[in-house]
Order: sequence, then structure tokens, then C-alpha cells
Amino acid sequence: MTRINVNVDGISYTDEVEPRTLLVHYLREQLGKIGTVVGCDTSNCGACTVALDGQSVKSCTLLAVQADGGDITTVEGLAAEDGTLHPVQQAFHDHHALQCGFCTPGMMMAVRDLLQDNPDPSEAEIREGIEGNLCRCTGYQNIVRAVQAAAANLSSTGGQS
Amino acid sequence: MTAVADPPAETTAEIGKSRLRKEDQHLITGRTTWTDNMSLPGMVHLAILRSPMAHATITSIDTSEAKKRPGVIAVFTGQDFAETQGNVPCAWPVTPDMVNPGAPSLAVTQVNHVGEAVAVIAARDKVSAQDALEAIDVEYEPLPAVLDMEAAIADGSPLVHPNTTSNRSYTWAFESGAAGTGAPIDDAIASPEVTVTRRFIQQRLIPAFMEPRSTVVQPIGEGVTVWSATQIPHILRTMLALTLGIPEQKVRVIAPDVGGGFGGKIPVTPEEIITTLVARRLGKPAKYTESRSESLMSAHHGRDQIQDVTITAKRDGTVTGLDVHLFADMGAYLRLVGPGVPLLGAFMFPAIYKFPAYRFVCEGIFTTKTPTDAYRGAGRPEATFGIERIMDELAVELGRDPMELRRQNWITHEEFPFTTVCGLTYDSGNYEAATAKALELIGWDELRREQAERRERKDPVQLGLGISTFTEMCGLAPSRVLGSLDYVAGGWENASVRVLATGKVEVVVGTSPHGQGHETAFSQIVADKLGVAFDDVEVIHGDTQSSVKGMDSYGSRSLVVGGIAIVQATDKVVAKARRVAAHLLEANEDDLDFEAGSFTVRGVPGGSAGSSMSMGEIAFATFTAHNLPDGMEPSLDSDATFDPENFSFPHGTHLCAIDVDTETGRSTIRKYVCVDDVGTPINPLIIEGQVHGGLAQGIAQALYEEAVFDDAGNLTTGTFVDYTVPSASDLPSFTTERTETPATSNPLGVKGVGEAGTIASTPAVVNALVDALRPFGVNDIQMPATPERVWRAVHSGAEKSDRAEGGTTAYGGASTGTSDGSDAKGEQL
Repeated sequence: MTRINVNVDGISYTDEVEPRTLLVHYLREQLGKIGTVVGCDTSNCGACTVALDGQSVKSCTLLAVQADGGDITTVEGLAAEDGTLHPVQQAFHDHHALQCGFCTPGMMMAVRDLLQDNPDPSEAEIREGIEGNLCRCTGYQNIVRAVQAAAANLSSTGGQS
Repeated sequence: MTAVADPPAETTAEIGKSRLRKEDQHLITGRTTWTDNMSLPGMVHLAILRSPMAHATITSIDTSEAKKRPGVIAVFTGQDFAETQGNVPCAWPVTPDMVNPGAPSLAVTQVNHVGEAVAVIAARDKVSAQDALEAIDVEYEPLPAVLDMEAAIADGSPLVHPNTTSNRSYTWAFESGAAGTGAPIDDAIASPEVTVTRRFIQQRLIPAFMEPRSTVVQPIGEGVTVWSATQIPHILRTMLALTLGIPEQKVRVIAPDVGGGFGGKIPVTPEEIITTLVARRLGKPAKYTESRSESLMSAHHGRDQIQDVTITAKRDGTVTGLDVHLFADMGAYLRLVGPGVPLLGAFMFPAIYKFPAYRFVCEGIFTTKTPTDAYRGAGRPEATFGIERIMDELAVELGRDPMELRRQNWITHEEFPFTTVCGLTYDSGNYEAATAKALELIGWDELRREQAERRERKDPVQLGLGISTFTEMCGLAPSRVLGSLDYVAGGWENASVRVLATGKVEVVVGTSPHGQGHETAFSQIVADKLGVAFDDVEVIHGDTQSSVKGMDSYGSRSLVVGGIAIVQATDKVVAKARRVAAHLLEANEDDLDFEAGSFTVRGVPGGSAGSSMSMGEIAFATFTAHNLPDGMEPSLDSDATFDPENFSFPHGTHLCAIDVDTETGRSTIRKYVCVDDVGTPINPLIIEGQVHGGLAQGIAQALYEEAVFDDAGNLTTGTFVDYTVPSASDLPSFTTERTETPATSNPLGVKGVGEAGTIASTPAVVNALVDALRPFGVNDIQMPATPERVWRAVHSGAEKSDRAEGGTTAYGGASTGTSDGSDAKGEQL
């Protein structure tokens, strides 16, 4: 077992983990952060995407020990403390960018990162930017709209939250 | 009744409004209840050992080493449950002599497909259970894999199941002459002026819902509480009771948040039964969650048909007959509705056209592959593909414009209601209007001009234009029809409406959503019907303890059947409320108008005291029950069970413009326009979302997805690396519009929208591809039309070479990769 220290959604944790434990399993099974989900075994679907030190990562592709010392944000930490939704969350709701909602946590985390890198993406850039995250329900069209709306909102309010 | 004025106008404040979804809040904040999130004290975690062999006898299983592994609590094989596990249920014996060899949840003596469950380990945590799998020693005696449907029913084929005499499970036939619904097909075929015959291949697909299936079972006394990622909590309850001999009243099934289904979560699964068996044997709660590769390998697949389609016509283009013969791959076992899936297409092949004669024959065949069952559309996409492709081929044969040929043969809007050659009565529709709108939106004539120009100058990137004018049957289903098709259950739906003391409303429904937005759409209906606020309506579903009756969600039925049950229940509430209001207002019930949630005495000036009561006031008066009409129960609550008289028939026109690079084989959808007629819209935002997602899945069948087995019967597309669900960059933005021709078969005028996009889009895309490549002699491209297949088609189109036959992704191996080469019209790519 290896000791790790992580901060997840503003809470500090010190835990013993097996070296082989994937970050997503640590989050779900040891920390109870069940908002982040597992959709595949091969890092294709992106449902498990979280932010590690500000960068989106597929948490099934990372060992928990690799996150030692890291600052992690999951879907559960996206909204403000007073419950105000993050612009990406709000945009997903406003534009019907989710149906079953299983891919949504990872998709929103990927979008958040995309908009950090490119605050004003074209449709093609959005589609390429989220191609690592699969959605089976929406056909992506409303996700694209939501990303465009979130981008506009973030730029008008002066940037990323 | 002559003294009674016109009934009060319906308020339509909510119906038709693009309400944002009630469901979203918990999903976008990660406060979800997926089954795999569930953790119970003392819970054991399961891992399942699956067969690496497509077909083999199990000669021995040694679990002794696995039982010694740390954390392992128990290991079970099929032998341990042989007396108790029963069979995974099949509810659709489509013919009296259908052969169902039985389907154990855990294989006992033989495995019949790769991925079949062979043993299960229960451990203190999931990792311990998975680690111990390698310690189970199974000896297999290989049997020959049975992969090709036509070979499987040829003399001398190895049998999938030793307790059968043939790999043919059933032959189901319909013929319009014999049925009395049309002319004899033999007459049409005997002397046609024009005949076109084609073989189309519906490749095997995988539903690939995003949430892997998961089941938690808690044994309680004699009974169980089951949480499962299922579309069918009510059917699962009944089937678990019947399969395992647990009294039904002691089985509670909960479908919490369910992450997609698309038919993939319809059947009762081996894993649900195994988890129940283990939990009961150990007396502990147990959880099983599949991995994605397990899901792709062992959760049921869809489609997988060989379609031999013959169309006959007069030289002037009038169609005279349609003769369809299907081979449908059941895979290794019959799942819940697997045998019936092709039959849902039987009635849809004639589609929107006025065929005088029709025959449909389907042979259901066992192979040593993953079982098949419903996948979005279930039978209707296959039928729509077959008819819309052959209409294009007929147009080419006749030298006609494909849209003109359709127009000549479709049911005109004046002809509704129209009874088709298979006896279905289409209540309403307007194919002309949807088509005209679609043609205008896409700029059809301009695209045709561009196509001609690019053909003329031999542009390496050719433009293709594809049409799909489709209809489907939704709202499964009238129980009497299901009975006539030998389905063992009915097709009704139940809803109850409870009016609380504060005037808030609970609606309990028997449908079970997994992404469709039922809570939002149903709230809109109830808000209008009762005149209460949208936010004052709570929709309760997915738990058989609170929602005690239901037939669940599939076949675009939730709104069309379940929504009408809600309407009927609200009508009863209003009738009871009217009685209370009349009593308290000291008026005759017939003199009360009900509008926007208030009863008003007709003719009394609005606002005057004692002239009006709101639903909230009536609710509270009923709750206190201090002053109710004599003999009236102190309750407004009402329920209704609605059994539809007929199906509903959404329709639409889908048009696709595709650029095909003849040098690389790459095809890119340039424009996709669809005009769907789903009747009266409840929530246009949700409708649009359903169409988008449906289009993505239908287009994916045309271009991207296929479950491929190698010649040993191994699934070679067992991860999302190989089973290529499209990403955002693989799809275009769609133009989705609607026409509104209300259904006349239900009081909301709704038709259902869950499957339309999937059903319609596949042939539109393939027709477009083939249209682009006609100058190269191409008259079909096998799906998925990968760049390799397109390239091969371009480079061998005029030569009748072996095409995709040699490719590794050819359907079912080489022997079904092409049709009979002797028939120039039957080429496959």
C-alpha cells in the first residue's frame, strides 16, 4: 500500500492505496465520489473525466498514486459553494445537452478544460475537442450548442470559474 | 344534454412548451443514483468468469483454488444452481412450434457463445473477486462454432444446442392473400412487368448504452429487493418471480437512475438472475457491475438479418407486390423478446406505399454468437432499410426519379385512415407535406444540379443524395394485437394521480425512463389537465413498491400509451373534483366550467364570492372531508390503465447529402435534413433531442458500427476501440423540423418519437452513398460503409468482383459477405 495525499473538491484526504488502484476507483470506492463514473475499460468513453491540477484527465487512465499531491475537481465540485451552477453545467441544462446523463460529468469536465484552452472555439474545434468523450443519447448537437453558450457566457463574465 | 354549452377549452399553457428538464439538476451535479453507486452493509461483490469458447462442452470446473484466495467468500458454478436457476425468460414464442432450447444463467454442461457466464465469485470487494477469476480452472471440449445463418440451417450443420434437431428456431410467415388483407403474392410475382430483387445485410450492432449494466440484490426474508439498470422494473419483477419461484409480492424491483437503454436493457439478464441467486444463497446483499468489454460481449446485440427482398411493379412505376424473406440471427439463446423483434418489422416493410400484395417470411436461427434482442427501432429499422433501399433500386430499374416513384405509390393525405396490405390501419399522416418541407430545407434541386455538374467534370469527390420516406409503428401495443402475435403479456400502461392536501400532485407511472425526460413531459401534461403549476407536479416511477403496475419503457410507448393513462387518470380526478366543487358552490355539476385549474359557475360574473373554486381549494376541502357530497369517498386520487386500440404511426422524410471521396473512400455527410411528424408535440426540446440521438445511431449503423466475430466465434469488437460508437467529430449538425398531423387514435394526438431518427436515417445515408457511386456501377454498399468498403466499391463496382468478401469486417465471415454472384442485381459490397 502507498500513502497519498490529495485534495478532492476542496477536501483534503490522506489514504493508503494499492499501487495498482486507478484514480477513478479510488474516487468512487474509497472517497464515495460517485458522481464520477466508469463507462469503459479502455479510456475511450471519457465518462470518468476529472480535472487534476486544472487539466482534464480520464481518471481510469491514471493511477491513484499518480495523483498524489494533486488537486482534483470532479463534477461534484463544479458548482459554487452556494449551489450556483458552473456556466458549463448551466449551459448543459439550458440547451438539453444531456438525456440519460451518464456521460455528462465527464463531458462537462472535458468541456471546462476545452474552454480554458480555447475560450472561443468554432463548431469544428468543439467537436474535435470533445471527441474523447462519448455520448450515446444526444447525437452531440445540443452538447455543441451548450459549449457555444458556455463559451459566450464565460467570455462575457470575464473568464473561467 | 342540449342545455350544456361546449365543453371547456383545454388550457394548453404547458403542452407544446420547450420546458427545460426537471431531471437535469441531479445529473449535472453528480448527485446520481446509478445502480453501481449503491453500497449496502455486508454487501458482497461479484465477478463472473466468462467462456472464452464460442461452443464447447464443459468437462470440468475446479474452483478450489479460487475459494482459497484472500477475500473470496464463495464461488459458484452452474452445477451449484442447476436445480434452481431456471431459464433466462423468453416472453415471445412467435409460433406454436418455436424451438426454445432453454437458457441457463450460468452454463451447466455446455457454453454456446463467447462471454457466456460459467462461474461467479463473491468476495469482500470487487478487486478480490476479479483477482480470483484466474484461479478457476475450467476444462472445455471444443465444439464447432456455428456462425453463418444459412450454413447453420443447411443439412449436416453442427447443432448449437444438443437438445434440438435443427438450428432453426422458428419460421414465421405472413401472406396478404391468405390473411385476407390483400391479393395473393404469387399472382403479383407470377407476371410482373418489372421485378427487382436484392439481398441486404443488416449487420450485427450493439446497443452500447453508456452506463454498464449493474444489479444489486438485497435478500429480505423470503423475498428480495433488486436495484437494476433496467428498462423494465415491472416485467423484471414478474419474471424473477416466475423464474426463481419467489412469490411476486415479495419481489421489489427498483430502476434508479438508468444510463441509457436503447432496447439494450429490455431483457431479463443472466446477470440479474445470478446476482439474485448468490444473494439469496449467501443471505447477503450482492452487487454485480459489468465492465465495458463484458457488456459488449455478453449484453444482447441487435439487428443481424439477411434480407432477401423482391419488389414487383408495372412499367409505369405502380408497385404490385413485395416479397420479403429474412434470416434473423437469434444468437445462442432466445432472450426476452428476441424472436419477436423481426416481426415488428413484418408489418412495416410495406411502409407508406400502397402494395396490393405482400409476403413476409422470417426464419429465426441459432448461432454460437451473443444472443440478439431489441435495439432501438427493433425490427422497424430493418424493414425501413429494406423498403427504402429497394424503392431506390426500382427507381433506377425504371429510370425514374426516386422521389417521384415514392410519390406515385405512397398513401396520399386524403386517403387516411388507410388500411395497409398487412392489415394495419394508419390513422393519419401527410407524407406530401413533410416531403415538401424537407426538400425545401435541404435545397434539393440545387444539390441535384451540383451533383450533375460534379459528375460531368469527374470530380474525385462525388455528391450523393439519399431519401428515406418512412413510417413506423409506435406505442406498443394493443394487447389484443400482442395476443394475436403470441406475445405472453399485454401492452397497456398504468398511471395514478394523487392530489395532496396542499394541492400539489403526485403522478405515479408504470413507464420507466432512462434518459427520455418523462418527469418533464408528464408534468407538462398533468399541469395542463389539472390546471396546476408545472413545478407542483412530481412524477414517480421506477420502483415496483410505489409504482405497482406498469409495462415499462420501450417501443416509443411511454408517451403514447403511458401518457394517455395519465390523461385518463387526470380526467377522473377532474370528475371527482367537479363533484366536490358543485357541492361546495351549491351548483349543478353541469353548470361548472373547468379552466386553468378552477371550477367556475357558468353565467356568474367572475370574481364574485362563491362562484369559483381552485383545484387547491378543492384538494384541501377533500383532505379535511368536513363537507363532501353524501357517499363520496374523501379522495380525488384516481388511476387508469390504458390499453391502446391501435398503434401510432409517426412518419417523416429524411434527406441526406453526402460527399464521397472516390480516391480515398472517405464519405462525409454534408447536410442532413429531416422533417418528422410525431403528432402533437408535448415538449419540442425533448423531441429534438430524441431525434438527434436517434439520427446518430441510425447514421452509425450506416457508416461506423458493426459487431464482428472471427471464424472461431470470438467477438473482435469487444471494446470501444473496435466497436466504433461515433464521437462528436464523426457527426454533422442536423436540420430537424416537424410537421404536425395529430394522431387520431389518442386524446393527446401524440405518436411517439423515441425511435424515429434511428429508423429513418440508415437508408437515407446508404441511398445517398449509392447514389454518389452509381456512375461507378455500384448498386449497394454493405454496412457499415467504411472507407475501405467505399473504396472497394468504387474500384470494382462495374466488375462484380468479390468486394468486401475478403475484408476482415465482412459480415459473418466470407460466406455471407456477398450474395449469389449469378444475380447481377444482387450484388453486395
